[in-house]
Amino acid sequence: MTELIVHQHWFLWMTLLPLGAAVATFLAPRQARWIGFTTALLLLLCALLAIAAAIISKAQTITAGNWSTPLGIELRADGLALVMLAITALVGFIVSCYALSYFPARGHHQSRTHYFWPLWLFLWGGCNALFISADLFNLYVTLELVTLASVALIALEGGKAALAAALRYLFIGLLGSLAYLLGVGILYATYATVDIALLGDMLSATRLNHAAMSLMVAGLVLKSALFPLHFWLPQAHAKAPAPVSAVLSALVIKCAYVILLRLWFEVFPALETIAVGHLLGLLGSLAIIWGSLMALRQERLKLLIAYSTVAQIGYLFLVFPLARSQTMAAAWVAGVLMMMAHACGKAAMFMVAGTIHHTAGSDRISRLAGAGGPIGVLVVVFTLAATTIIGLPPSGGFFAKWLFINAALVTGQWWYLPIILSGTLLAGAYIARVLGWAFLDVKRSSYPVIPWVMKWPPLVLSVIALLFGLIAFEPVQIALIGAPVSTGVLVELRP
Amino acid sequence: MNDLILLAILLSSLLPGLIIFTLPEESVRLRTTLNLTGALLKLLLVAVLFLRVAQREYAELRLPLLPDMELVLRADALSLLFLTLSAFLWFLTTIYAIGYLEGSPHRSRFFGFFSLCVCATTGIALSGDMVTFIIFYEALTISTYPLIVHRGTPAALSAGRVYLAYTLSGGVVLFFATVWLRSIAGPLDFTSGGVVSGLDPALYGSLSIIFALLILSLGVKAALVPLHIWLPSAMVAPAPVSALLHAVAVVKAGAFGIIRVIHDIFGLDFSIKLNLLFPLALLAAFTIIYGSIRALSQNDLKRRLAFSTVSQVSYILLGVAMATPLATIGGMVHLVHQGVMKITLFFCAGNLAETLDIHKIDEMDGVGRRMPWTMTAFTIGALGMIGLPPLAGFISKWYLGLGSLAAGQPWIIVVLIASTLLNAAYFLPILHRVWFVEPRQDWPPSTLYSGRETTWALLAPPLVTAILVILLGILAHSVGSPLYWVELIAAREDGL
Repeated sequence: MTELIVHQHWFLWMTLLPLGAAVATFLAPRQARWIGFTTALLLLLCALLAIAAAIISKAQTITAGNWSTPLGIELRADGLALVMLAITALVGFIVSCYALSYFPARGHHQSRTHYFWPLWLFLWGGCNALFISADLFNLYVTLELVTLASVALIALEGGKAALAAALRYLFIGLLGSLAYLLGVGILYATYATVDIALLGDMLSATRLNHAAMSLMVAGLVLKSALFPLHFWLPQAHAKAPAPVSAVLSALVIKCAYVILLRLWFEVFPALETIAVGHLLGLLGSLAIIWGSLMALRQERLKLLIAYSTVAQIGYLFLVFPLARSQTMAAAWVAGVLMMMAHACGKAAMFMVAGTIHHTAGSDRISRLAGAGGPIGVLVVVFTLAATTIIGLPPSGGFFAKWLFINAALVTGQWWYLPIILSGTLLAGAYIARVLGWAFLDVKRSSYPVIPWVMKWPPLVLSVIALLFGLIAFEPVQIALIGAPVSTGVLVELRP
Repeated sequence: MNDLILLAILLSSLLPGLIIFTLPEESVRLRTTLNLTGALLKLLLVAVLFLRVAQREYAELRLPLLPDMELVLRADALSLLFLTLSAFLWFLTTIYAIGYLEGSPHRSRFFGFFSLCVCATTGIALSGDMVTFIIFYEALTISTYPLIVHRGTPAALSAGRVYLAYTLSGGVVLFFATVWLRSIAGPLDFTSGGVVSGLDPALYGSLSIIFALLILSLGVKAALVPLHIWLPSAMVAPAPVSALLHAVAVVKAGAFGIIRVIHDIFGLDFSIKLNLLFPLALLAAFTIIYGSIRALSQNDLKRRLAFSTVSQVSYILLGVAMATPLATIGGMVHLVHQGVMKITLFFCAGNLAETLDIHKIDEMDGVGRRMPWTMTAFTIGALGMIGLPPLAGFISKWYLGLGSLAAGQPWIIVVLIASTLLNAAYFLPILHRVWFVEPRQDWPPSTLYSGRETTWALLAPPLVTAILVILLGILAHSVGSPLYWVELIAAREDGL
């Protein structure tokens, strides 16, 4: 039994399965819902088995060998890939459950249901393929798959605003991909390989390589919506249907970021990255402040959550200036932890916003006034999920911030401290604003009953988000398998 | 794995809380049963733990959080001081709250958060290191908010906003200071004698700043002036919540945290060596006088009591900051004594509001004749606060006074005397009104059996705590009393 678990290439199945299911749901739209749900369940199972295999075998990195010559595809499942596959499976499974109810089988929006499942499974397969890709070109291809599927999903809502948002997202996505591809082209022209590990060994600090790095970083920054290139995000995330917003915010943004993380720690170490790191840190800081201030001003729940994503992306980019020789692991783990925690929390928040919109007929925050009964429960779920966004213990966001502050102190980059701390307070303020409305005592007519699949999945995810800090030990250990960092995670400051 | 008792104590309030959230508003009986079972079970478990700790069997439970970071639950004598206080007063407050909120809306929500609040307080008492402490400390911040805004009025919401603004800011500073200290000093397990004394003297400057940040951030909940603003404004909350804020949980969590930081993180000797405690003593003394002076001019009864809390909680800090054995004992024992006295006063204030709709002090003329038992309890609580022998408050003040002489800081005696006079000045006029002024006639007569002034659920808790105020004073030196226990802490853990 153990043999069987260890020697299966679970991560390979996790790529092929959703792609196959996407085709199946496209061909048989009437069966789309149950095919989609079964696939989601299987993927969750595969993720658990993949993790079990990693724990049992204590493998450094699993590589699917001998693929490179004919197909030009190299795959590997290191710790980072494993945790991303797993968190995608978890969020994906719960979003799939939610979507079962959000996109009903019958009714006048039937076509949305028919298009949602193939696109979503396609997106899922793309994400999984991206996480296990080990070369730059393959990363490009998978990132494009993800972008195209996302564009179509945003447009699913129909209407002028959604189409405009989708189109803008498409153009931005293509621009980002082009910049990235140009960088890959330059590297390929010089070294005749796109393999991450090989490039990491060969790269030297030439001017051309720095140009390539700048292009690739710029492209990925655009795709991950770092301030001031975030302008496309709030509309795109707020106009999409709730399950799509959840996936975009929790997973799609992270795809570009994971590539950047891999490049930064595995390909670029030989280059002069300190100035770029500072620039990314500066933009990240501005993102935290700007995103939070904008979130504080929003009248609509989904826009508030979208701007909160802008701010949270800012934290992810603090990894780059904070990862110095001594604090490499602290910053890297902080980034990975932040990604996982944000994925759970943000997906839950978008789903709750979707349910509130569905039930109350609008996602205006003022509509929450006097929210008792079912809406009151939703507000509680929303708040639980928001703990990780604010960074309150015991959420994952809390420990990620702990590591960020630790790294900032040890590397003497104290100017990030007020940013991190005020970001926390601002997040507290915009969440408290939502709560304040909900506790206001106003008499109001009762709302219709909410189907349980619209209530329970977000609750599960938000409880995981809340308690993530308490269970973070194993995920962090797994993420560190084959990680490009080797120092201690908590670093001490010695005079 | 005997130490699972620590987990069981946490779960005894967490689980009922979670179940209560899911209950419909109407299932009063089930909710009450859950509440009381949880509270009783907790008392029982705490008693078992108490006996174990008395025999020096400390319980400990560790869970890995990150590489090099753990969640540590640990029961030592100081934990038990706070734990026993909160478990016992929670039991009474639960009974009181059931009576107080009878028939009002959103009770499932209320009791759910109420239980979470106490779970967080228990966690604070049982924390074995700073990381764990912060986790529960912030959980307390969040779970208290829904209770403060429970009424849903604009005033309640604005009090809630003030509360969150203060406590979250304090929390952020606490978080930052702790990470800083962790990156200088390594693991921050609560250890008697502290964990920082062995560090390089080059770090003493940073350590002093960290100490100041920790004390000020914890001082938000402990209502140190000028960080106390949230406390008087939070008096819009229902009376059981005020009891929780002032006696069982929130301000106590702040004071308890400060004791932990001074005794178990920095260590008394090290704090004295770096001269860290004198500024705290000054601030506490100022808070004592300032709170009392502000209390004088309040006409709203709960507001006056709130300013009295601002003043009285700083007795604890003053005692700890003086750092002599007697003063420390006086401060720590006041953690318990203040809790029991103040909860009595808030229960009584709640009874007046709930039964006769009295909120202002100038409406209290002659109310002693309409509600004799409630006002007797109130009188005992108030006299205790003033420090009349042989009541509980006297014991605290006596030890604080002796301690200040031993510390060679006689100015503190002056502060204590001034504060006692001020306490008398803001409590005695109330007592005079209650007992010696002609009553108003327009109060509705009691409709209860045999003309009882109010329901048992509202009357029994203040009577029990009032009796305790007397017993804690008279029996201060007997085995098992808070004073005995605090002397044991001082002897056992601080080697004083």
